[in-house]
Amino acid sequence: MERTEVGDKAVDALYQRLNREAEEGGYHLNPDVGFTKDLVRSLLVNEKRYGYWACPCRLASGVKEDDLDIICPCDYRDADVDEYGGCYCALYVSTEVLEGKKVAGPIPERRPPEQERKRLKEEASKLKAKGAAQPVSLPVWRCTVCGYLCARDGPSEICPVCKAKKDRFEKFIDVGAAFSVTVPVWHCRVCGYLCARNEPPEVCPICKAKKDRFERFL
Amino acid sequence: MKLEKYAKKVPGKRKGDILLFALSTCGWCRKTKNLLDTLGVGYRYIDVDLLDGEARNEVMAELDRWNKAHSFPSVVIDDDRCIVGFQEDKITQAVGGGKN
Ligand code: SF4
Ligand SMILES: [Zn+2]
Ligand SMILES: [Zn+2]
Repeated sequence: MERTEVGDKAVDALYQRLNREAEEGGYHLNPDVGFTKDLVRSLLVNEKRYGYWACPCRLASGVKEDDLDIICPCDYRDADVDEYGGCYCALYVSTEVLEGKKVAGPIPERRPPEQERKRLKEEASKLKAKGAAQPVSLPVWRCTVCGYLCARDGPSEICPVCKAKKDRFEKFIDVGAAFSVTVPVWHCRVCGYLCARNEPPEVCPICKAKKDRFERFL
Repeated sequence: MKLEKYAKKVPGKRKGDILLFALSTCGWCRKTKNLLDTLGVGYRYIDVDLLDGEARNEVMAELDRWNKAHSFPSVVIDDDRCIVGFQEDKITQAVGGGKN
């Protein structure tokens, strides 16, 4: 594989865009602009190499289906920002880090190793094949200020709709509850956004993840 | 020395055999290279993302001996121990940083 070069202009433009989108969605880019722009450059390098934004700090296979969970923003970002104050690459950080109260350092890898990922995938497809009514696999959180709903391990740090803080969320539905629905409910694996419609949206309105990052929730 | 044909050499003070498994795109790997450069120690590194096919497999098989999670950076010292992640203090200590 050849070393790939990307111009400064393209890096600046994407940096501006990601920064704007992050703030709109209740996320933050790392305030260390030099470090952050290097990562943005890496995203563009990986786009040229693989055709998608493979995570700069992980070894992509180059097979999109196997790399879906590490297309930036990855499936692990929100849990890592929540637990450690930054994602694995430290491209995205918590409010505390943004305000300089905490530093985003290197953190352990949350992505399961290859064998484990394969096993989880097989399990999920077996469940799907059974066609059984599936109970809720993640808790659903409700912003008590604006009513925004999302399914994720914990509530969003900042409500992407009304910008209320995490402590304004309440648990709305617990894991294991079962529902019958008239229209399928889709779940964005990146940010937890939920929507009830026949097909997932082309792009997640909250985090901009593409359609292929959605899975059936109910 | 292992993986001779894939490793790039950075000259410097001899502090044992230091082999860094890295990604050319990773911020923590960049910080690790900068740290070793600043400490002035000689080391070898492999940007695994720049390798394809057999070469990549060969390098990953070696990394697997040291770090089952296959994460980067991984610094292997004297073919004996491995520091996973940009652990500034541990790396500095392991390569005898500071003192000559
Ligand atoms: S959000 Fe995930 S994919 Fe994006 S830079 Fe951070 S760790 Fe890598
Ligand atoms: Zn809200
Ligand atoms: Zn989303």
